[in-house]
Amino acid sequence: MIVAEQKPLEEIKSLIADYQNVLVVGCGTCVTVCFAGGEKEAGILASSLRMATKLDGNTKQVDHLVVQRQCEWEYIDPIKEQVDKADIVLSIGCGIGVQALVERFPDAIVVPGLNTTFLGLPTEQGIWEERCAACGECILGLTGGICPIARCAKQLLNGPCGGSQNGMCEINPDTPCAWQLIYDKLESQGRLELIMEIFPSKDWSNSRDGGPRKITREDLRLAAEETE
Amino acid sequence: MTEKNTNGLKSGSNLERILREGHFAVTGELGPPQSADGAVIREKAELLKGYCDAANITDNQTAIVRMSSIGAGAIVQQEGLEPIIQMTCRDRNRLAIQSDILGAYALGTRNVLCLTGDHQSFGNHPTAKNVHDLDSVHLIQMVVKMRDEACFDCGDEMKGVEPRFFVGAAANPFGDPFEWRPYRLAKKVKAGADFIQTQLIYNTERFAEYMQKVRELGLHEQVYILAGIGPLKSPGMARYMRDQVPGLDVPNKWVDRMTEATKGIDKDDKKARRDAWRQEGISIAVDLIKELRQVEGVAGVHVMAIEWEEAVKPIVDGAGLLPRPELSPLPPSDPKKKAS
Repeated sequence: MIVAEQKPLEEIKSLIADYQNVLVVGCGTCVTVCFAGGEKEAGILASSLRMATKLDGNTKQVDHLVVQRQCEWEYIDPIKEQVDKADIVLSIGCGIGVQALVERFPDAIVVPGLNTTFLGLPTEQGIWEERCAACGECILGLTGGICPIARCAKQLLNGPCGGSQNGMCEINPDTPCAWQLIYDKLESQGRLELIMEIFPSKDWSNSRDGGPRKITREDLRLAAEETE
Repeated sequence: MTEKNTNGLKSGSNLERILREGHFAVTGELGPPQSADGAVIREKAELLKGYCDAANITDNQTAIVRMSSIGAGAIVQQEGLEPIIQMTCRDRNRLAIQSDILGAYALGTRNVLCLTGDHQSFGNHPTAKNVHDLDSVHLIQMVVKMRDEACFDCGDEMKGVEPRFFVGAAANPFGDPFEWRPYRLAKKVKAGADFIQTQLIYNTERFAEYMQKVRELGLHEQVYILAGIGPLKSPGMARYMRDQVPGLDVPNKWVDRMTEATKGIDKDDKKARRDAWRQEGISIAVDLIKELRQVEGVAGVHVMAIEWEEAVKPIVDGAGLLPRPELSPLPPSDPKKKAS
């Protein structure tokens, strides 16, 4: 899932400083699961902003609502009326949610209340870890199911580097070395031959480096159906 | 493949010839300044010249911005010391690396050391974006391909002079997983590395264990391995390297020797203490070289005395490695003789 965390309240306050009526829009999907932008967080943020702006001597009107999925038109279309009434929309969806609101409501001023951080999972209650870099060309089948693109600080394909010590990455003693994990996994499965050969350099054109990515599925497009 | 005028050598560099002729090689290391001052390079080159066969010119080492390794390398070359241009994958993508390789060759440099690069979080620009388009193994492959196939990474043929480098790589025998390290070295050898410089070695027993596996894989016969040596400056530095630096293995016996070096010296006599420590650091480095030289498959030493270049001469001298062999100029090249 997409993992995000709330921006510092001071930064949010500065983003909305020039507007009186604020609408906080949460999202019921990924950011709800990671406790950053769901119903509960939207409510708390709205009341925090009301209190904070009151203390600052400029009480703002702050309402909040949550849509099931901020990244799909059908879920955001129904909030048009509330968006129109607000001076500014504070989205606490991920970066996709923010931009979906911007695209759907061209006149609305939309600002982010979260920092969208990574694609990952909760490894235990209260801890989320990155697992995927959306590189566009999955190599997990060759690396024991552990991603060196997302999890190695240097994105090595022929790791580990010399900074791997006691299973940890040199950049942070709390970060496991991805290549130690890959080695251990393949060794325990008797599949080390997978990394004996040189792993070729990566085709980054499938990643963000190739420009913004787009997938078109003609078989699913409504227009395609109509022209048949 | 077109036949090249190489005298049967890959690059014709001094380092390549020293190693091929069976001499026990000595390389040094020269860290460029954090400024545009070429005089610093010239002074450091003077301290190393004659005491090593070639000197590594570091590439923004520890991710701190310094004069470029190629710029500094060109100056070193002018000073009559042969540079080994260090090249990392952290700051450049495959386009930038290849153009730098062409430029470095045109400036007369003939050795390159292919590295991944220290992570930028250790340096003075921790908010920088890192590149890592390639890793060090890919970098070796690319530079070898430019030399041996006269083509770019994309496969396009190079029109005109191809860069003919003696290609090096690094190896850390003490990184984890320890048992994987010889196999990672094998990848670098397979990629086409001509020589290897290792991480600093203080634990000779563990290094011997590593070399045992390296020999079992036959790697010592395919690549020249230069053992990394670094003189300790103080007991504090020894402890720091033992406890804080990932990928380093410093046994207590060296820390103890450094500590005992100032026995009987007045605590307030800072200069005498400093001199005693430095003397002991040099002495330990000499002992390490003598021991490592006995390990089968070790073709030379790489002496890293960064910001203490003066130490290289007494270390190399103490190890009985002076004078360095003076090679005769290369004969006119025979176009029929192919690089092996």
